[in-house]
This record gives sequence, C-alpha cells and structure tokens, in this order.
Amino acid sequence: MSEYLSGPRPGRGGPGPEPNQSAGPAGTLGAVHGDGPEGAPALRQRLAELRGPGVSAKPLDARALAALAANPGCERRALLDGAGVDKTALASALGAPAPFGQSQFAFTRGHAFEARVKGDGGAELLRLVRERLDPSAPEPPPGGARVPDLAATGPQGRTGRTALALREAAAAAAEDGAWTLLDHPMLALEVAGTPAFLEPDAVVVHPDGTWTVVEIKSFPMLDGSADAAKVGAAARQAAVYVLALEDVAARLEPSPQVRHRILLVCPKDFSNLPTASAVDVRKQRAVTSRQLGRLTRVEEIAADLAPGACFSPELPAERLAETVESVRAVYTPECLATCELAFHCRSRAREDGAVTVLGRSARAELGELSGVDAVLAAAHGEAGDAADPAVAALRRAARLREEALACR
Amino acid sequence: MSLITTLARLEAIRAGRAQPAATVRHRHLSERPLVLVPLTTAGEAGAPLGALVGRDRDAPRLLVVPQPRDRDLRSVFLAELADIVLPYLESFADDVELVEGKEADPETGRQVTVERELCADAPQLIVPSRAGVDLVRLLGRSTRFRRTAEQDPETAYPAPPRVPLLGRWFTHFGERSRVPGASLLLAMTDLLSRHWATGQSSLEDQHLGALLAWIDPPGADGPTGAEAALRAELGRDAEGQLLCPPAGPATDPAFDNRLLAPAIERYDRARSALAAAEDGVAADALLANLSAAEREIGELVRSRTLPTWESVWRGLDLLRELPEAAHVPDRWKGDRWSFTAHRDRVASGEPPQPRIDDAVTAAQKLARREKEQAKLDAQEALDDPLVLAARRLGGEAFVGEVVDVTMTYTESKRPSPRPLITVRTEDRPHLGEKAKVHRSLDGKPQTAQFVGAEEEDGGEDPGGGPLLVVLRIVDRMGRGREPALGSVPEKGDRVCFTLFEHEPRGGPKLPDPENTPWTHGGPPTDPSPLPAADPVTEEDLL
Repeated sequence: MSEYLSGPRPGRGGPGPEPNQSAGPAGTLGAVHGDGPEGAPALRQRLAELRGPGVSAKPLDARALAALAANPGCERRALLDGAGVDKTALASALGAPAPFGQSQFAFTRGHAFEARVKGDGGAELLRLVRERLDPSAPEPPPGGARVPDLAATGPQGRTGRTALALREAAAAAAEDGAWTLLDHPMLALEVAGTPAFLEPDAVVVHPDGTWTVVEIKSFPMLDGSADAAKVGAAARQAAVYVLALEDVAARLEPSPQVRHRILLVCPKDFSNLPTASAVDVRKQRAVTSRQLGRLTRVEEIAADLAPGACFSPELPAERLAETVESVRAVYTPECLATCELAFHCRSRAREDGAVTVLGRSARAELGELSGVDAVLAAAHGEAGDAADPAVAALRRAARLREEALACR
Repeated sequence: MSLITTLARLEAIRAGRAQPAATVRHRHLSERPLVLVPLTTAGEAGAPLGALVGRDRDAPRLLVVPQPRDRDLRSVFLAELADIVLPYLESFADDVELVEGKEADPETGRQVTVERELCADAPQLIVPSRAGVDLVRLLGRSTRFRRTAEQDPETAYPAPPRVPLLGRWFTHFGERSRVPGASLLLAMTDLLSRHWATGQSSLEDQHLGALLAWIDPPGADGPTGAEAALRAELGRDAEGQLLCPPAGPATDPAFDNRLLAPAIERYDRARSALAAAEDGVAADALLANLSAAEREIGELVRSRTLPTWESVWRGLDLLRELPEAAHVPDRWKGDRWSFTAHRDRVASGEPPQPRIDDAVTAAQKLARREKEQAKLDAQEALDDPLVLAARRLGGEAFVGEVVDVTMTYTESKRPSPRPLITVRTEDRPHLGEKAKVHRSLDGKPQTAQFVGAEEEDGGEDPGGGPLLVVLRIVDRMGRGREPALGSVPEKGDRVCFTLFEHEPRGGPKLPDPENTPWTHGGPPTDPSPLPAADPVTEEDLL
C-alpha cells in the first residue's frame, strides 16, 4: 500500500469481527423501512440489473458513507455505492485495482484490543462512558450492565433486533435506571434512496434513557492526544451512526435523545489498555446530514444510463469502462485514500488533461479553465481573453516564472 | 499552492518530468548525514520491525526485530540503533568554536560579554518521508522515560543502558524538525518537493518512489514521469508484491500477509521448538533452524528497505547538484546552536523532556516557530528569484528600474537625506498609505516609505501598463548630510523592494516559567525529577 493510502478496510469500520456480509437478495432491500421510496420495487430491480445477474449487493458501511459525503458531487460513486456494486472487483476488472488491504497484524491487534475493551460484560467500557460523558449517573452494578443478545439472520433481522433491544433498554432505563450495552448493533440509514446497513462498535443506553455511540479504534492516544486526521475520520464515521440512531429514536415514543458527544476509545500510549475521550460530533453530523441529503437520488442517475447498462465484473473491460464513463465522476486526489475506483478515475482525468489531478485548490484558482492544455495556452498567450482575471493572472505568473528561470 | 507552483506543475504534466520549484538549494545538506530507513509493524504504535541505517551508502547496517511483539527483541533493536546513532551524534560534540555573546549577569543584572561554545558542525538525520519523522518522534517518546536496570533495579523490563539517551536525542530532533527551515532531521520527500514541482498533487508527492520518478525519470527515451510514477505507485511482481516498496515506516499489507506473517510464524515455531529441546544435540539443530528463520526475516526487511535506501541517496545526489542558497549557512548555525544546547542539557544531567510542555515553554516554542517561518519565507525569497516571483505575483514585492531620483532633506537642525526615488515596475504591489518597503543593501535591509504611485500611461489601460512608484528612502545612508556612496540607487538601476521585513523580529519576551500568569495555569508545581515510565502491559507479549 502506498504511504498516503490509508484505505478503507474491507467491509467494515473498526477492528472487530466481520459483520454478517450476506446481505439479503436485492428483492428484500427496502423492507427495513415501511416508508420505502415510491416505485421501490422497480428501482430495486434496476439496481439488481446494474450489478449483473447473480451478483449480490455489497452493503454500504459508515466509512464509505463518510467518504461519499466528503465528495457529494460524484455521481459515479453515489450510483455504484447505492447499487451495492463491488467497486474492488470492478476496479480490478477495469485494470486499475485498488491497492487497499489490511495487514493481518493490524487486524489481530485491533481484535485483541476491542475484545479487551468489551470484556467482562463491558464493565470497563461502561466505566469509561460514565467517567467521560455522564459522571452524575449511578455506577453500573458489579455484574456489568444489560447486554442484550442481538443475533439474528440477515441485516434486516439484525436491524429489527437492535430496534427492539433499544426499545427494551429505554423501558429498563425508565424503570430502574439500568445501563445497557449493545455490542455491534445494526442500524439502517436510507442513502440516496437505498438503505445502508451500519454496524457501530457499540451503543450505550444511559440510565437517563439517552444513547451514546462508542467508536473503538486501534490507533494510540499518546499523552492524551491522538492523530488529528484519524480522530476526524472516526468522528465523521460516528456522525453517520448518530444519524442512523436518530432515525430509530424518532420512531419511539417518547423519543430518546441521541447524544452528540460520542466516546472514542483508543489504546493508551504504547500499551493495550483502553483510554477514552468524548468527541463532539455536532459539526460532522450536520455536515454529513446535509451532504447525504444533497446526494442525487440514485434513481435519477440510473435513469440517465443506457438501457441494459451493467457493472458486472465479468463483462469485458472495454464495455465496463464505457458504462463507467457514462456516469459523471468528480475526481480529486483525496479520492485515492477513500475510493476503490480512484485509480481508474485518476487515469481517465489524466488522459483528459483535467487540472483536478493537481487537487481542488489548483482547480479553484484557474477560473473557468479546466484543461491542462487550455491553461498552458492561456498562460503563454496563445489563447484566452486577457480581460479574464484568471487569464491575466496566469500570464503574469508565466512571465514572472520565465524571468526568474532565465536568471539562473 | 501559489499560481506559479500550479503553473509549474502543469508544465511538468506537459513535459512529462518535474520542473524546478527553486533555483537554489534552500536546506543545508551535511557532508556526512546519517540515513535512517525504518519499518514498523502495522497496528501497533511505534513497534519497529527493522531498519537500514548508516552513513555509508554502500554499507548500510540492517537491524531487524524478528518478532515485533517481543519486548526483549525490541530492546535489542533499540540498543543496536543507539549504538549506531549515539556515536554519530557524539562525534560532533567535541569540535567546538568559541563565540562571544551577551548575557545578563545573574547578580548585577547588567549585560556582560561571555564566551560560549558552539559546535563547529552538527549531525543530520535523513529519513525517507514525513511519516519517518513522526516515527523518530514516537521512538523518542517511547524510549526517553524508560528506566535502565541501573536507574531502577525493580523495573520489569529494564532498558539497555543507552536507550533512554537515544530517546532524548530523538525527541530533540523531532522537536527541532517542527521549526521551519531547520535541518537537523529532514524527510527526503519534503526536501524534493520543496525544490521540484511534479505533475501530480502534493498528496501523491508523499510517495518517495513516485516523486523521484517525476524528478528523475529513467532514461531519455524511457517512460515519462507520469508513467514511471504510476509504476512506482502500483507496479507489482508476479507474486503480488510492490515493485517499489513503500518508503515506510508502514509496510504494504500484501507484504505483511503473504511474506512477513508466514516468516514470523516459522520463527515463532522454531523458537518454541528450541525452548522444548531435550538434549544438546537436538538443541544445536533447532538453533540452526531458528537462525535460519531469523535470517529469512532479515532478508525480507532488507528487500523492502534497500530500494528506499537507494532512493534517499539518489535524492541527496539530485539536491547536491543545486547550488546552496545564500542564507542556508545562517539557518544551519541555528541548528548548530540547537544541537549544542541539547548536548549541554544532556551533559548537565537534566531530566528528559516532559510529556507535555508547560504553558511558557509551549508559548515560546510557538513564538519561535512563527518567527522562524517569517524568517524562512523572507530569506528564501531573497535567495531565489523563483520564490521571489511568487511573492511578486502576490503583490508582496516588486522589481523595477529607477527612473528618477530627487534629493530631499528632513527639516530638522541637522538635515538628513530623504531621497525620493521613482521606480518603474510591471508588478502590482499592494501598497497601502505610508507602507514600508525594504530592499537588500550589501546584505542589510534598507527601508523606504511609499509616497505614491500612478500608471505610466495616465491610466488609459487600467491594471495593464507599467506602474510608477515613488518611494522615500529613510535609512542606511550614513550620518552626514549627503547620503553615503552607493546607499541610494541611481537612475537606471534595477531594484527589488519587498513589503515584508527581511529580518523579522519576534514578539515580546515571555515570562519565566516561575512567573506563569494564573490565566495560563500559574507557575508549574514542583515537577518530579524523573517522570514515571509508561506502564507495561502483558498484552505486549501476545
């Protein structure tokens, strides 16, 4: 893996057991919400066609959602993620495989850490939640808290089971102020018209009935501070869980409050002992909510596709590339760290001579000029309108640069 | 990113190779740097897997931790590293020159002249990438509080004798690397991207292999920079391993999973078999097995670090081809002072750097970095026309021809010269009323005041034509009524004025730590002489 590619891990957010990947057949999608979009069966049919015959949907996870929200203008990503296309397989079929992967060392260590945090009936985890977020609440009893069994078949079943457990936890909290720990619950969030199933590391129900999202990460908190970029990514991911939980809460009566301060649990210094910090995700929640709302609905993008379009990795590369090209992409270098298809999009952007390959900031200062050749022609006075401030600035820049290089 | 850099990057795309982003070298390069190419184990903070280290390009030392989770093996690695790094550092400590300086006398409070030692040269540590700099800091943090058996006989895992000292030096180098322009610890990717503009984004420039592919593409008829960079990023061999291994310290997951993990497993098996050996003859054979397994891991680490090692030296070659910028020795002197000061702190038996700085120290560090940043920006612009070009484009400097000089004088009893000069420039400086501008006169800054400006052609083509800027020179003209020879530009001279100061000064002095105001937590409470070591958990030995 290249240094700057931290990369999404396959399948899920944090360290821990793999979620149930066997997302049900496309025909059952949308059953989670009784209020599915109008014409949902037709859309599901369409998305199944896009994936190709016999290809099951790859569920969206919070990490993918957070990345999607960071680049909401990318229709290609919205459609492929929305339709549950396996982008890793697609990228390989296109001849630009994603270099993402996870080292088994990191995986083992992450597992061991999460098991330690949640061990002993979640006693340590609840102690951290109480200490960092709710110090006035009663201490959980020595035997730990209520830890309901959330096992069920398929993501829909698990989502239903989680909702039920949350309802029961609310009742238990109201009755005798009990703490409840939900270990790997499953939540559903509708994104661009298709439901995404999300699996937070844990959700805690406080004695006052409020809910807290817990993120367990294996990067260290060194002397009380952690890598800002990694904390930011964890906060964006947690914000997606908060949004999904608010969906569940809205359907309960009375509606419990989802706390906007989440608990981030990390190893302390160089040890494997957990330490935690409360992270305010109000901003990330607001941004993600707005960006997800802006995502063009998948059906609208799908409607613009040629009839019979399909992203099955078994199709010949040329035909696949053509279909992929027919959906508009917005490539930026940041995509390289978050999207499996980024290397394909980058090579296309390079072929097209788009200046976005240099980053968003480069694009911003060049005004309406978006092609490498157009910019260089404008800079060297071969094209462009001198009255355009962007062109004038470019010409001055080119003149100054030539002058400086001449006196070497 | 300034427009000039963007333009350079676009030209690099067209040309298929990197374009200059500087005409001179803006960082000091030591005659004999120590290159360190470390690798770490994924998933754990600062757990070293191995390293190539050394001063001799042809003879790097290979250090390996065959089982990265084993605390004892990790200690052996750190001890070996200390045995290479510390003698290198110490070889600079004794060659000193005496420098006169002023210091407040502790009794009278008067300024008195003192002689201080300044190391004639300082060590320089080069790592491949910015993540390598972070690892040096992290290793410093993880080792400087460790206790040796001598310091604390009770400690569970005593550190080898010199390891805590290595931690203190690594911490110092890591801190110094945050000072803009400092060169004690440098990342090769930063050095190269400072001096060349590639046809890719700055994010992609973090990949040493790709960066070098743009700057120095293989052969004239070979692939372009873009093609070579793509191969460096993604090219894999038949076994699925990257052709150009990442510069680290993180390794490629495919390497971890397919090559390293099985090798470590073989090592673990050989070790437990040896532990269970029943007699001497069997043990001999099993020991041979164990060393073979260890050698195998060593070869794997070498195979991943050697290409990076070569790249770092190649990068040094490329950088040495650039002439050194005029202000580099001045900034390197700051590094020498920094090295000397830490040498003195270590010698006087001061405790290791604290985990978290107190308020005054933190404020001083920040103020210092701000000052050094301003100084670096100014010096780079003065040393390098290409950097100056960006400042000119930004309206922070202008170059032009003197078209008129008029002598005027102050209206005091002893009139001083205040010549008015008119500069004709194509640049568009952002000059406010009475703004101060500066130019370099024999290496010293001369100040002038902005009086007025007008378009040369009477403003027929607003924003396009040359500008006539009138300035009043206010200093560096000697004491007499007439300005000293050569201190005032003459008609026809080409001059360069900047809106920024050439020698920016820092802010007001901060109080001593004992006088920390209550707003900042008050004076620090008596710190314990040696901060406690990190607790050791059993999980480190999984």
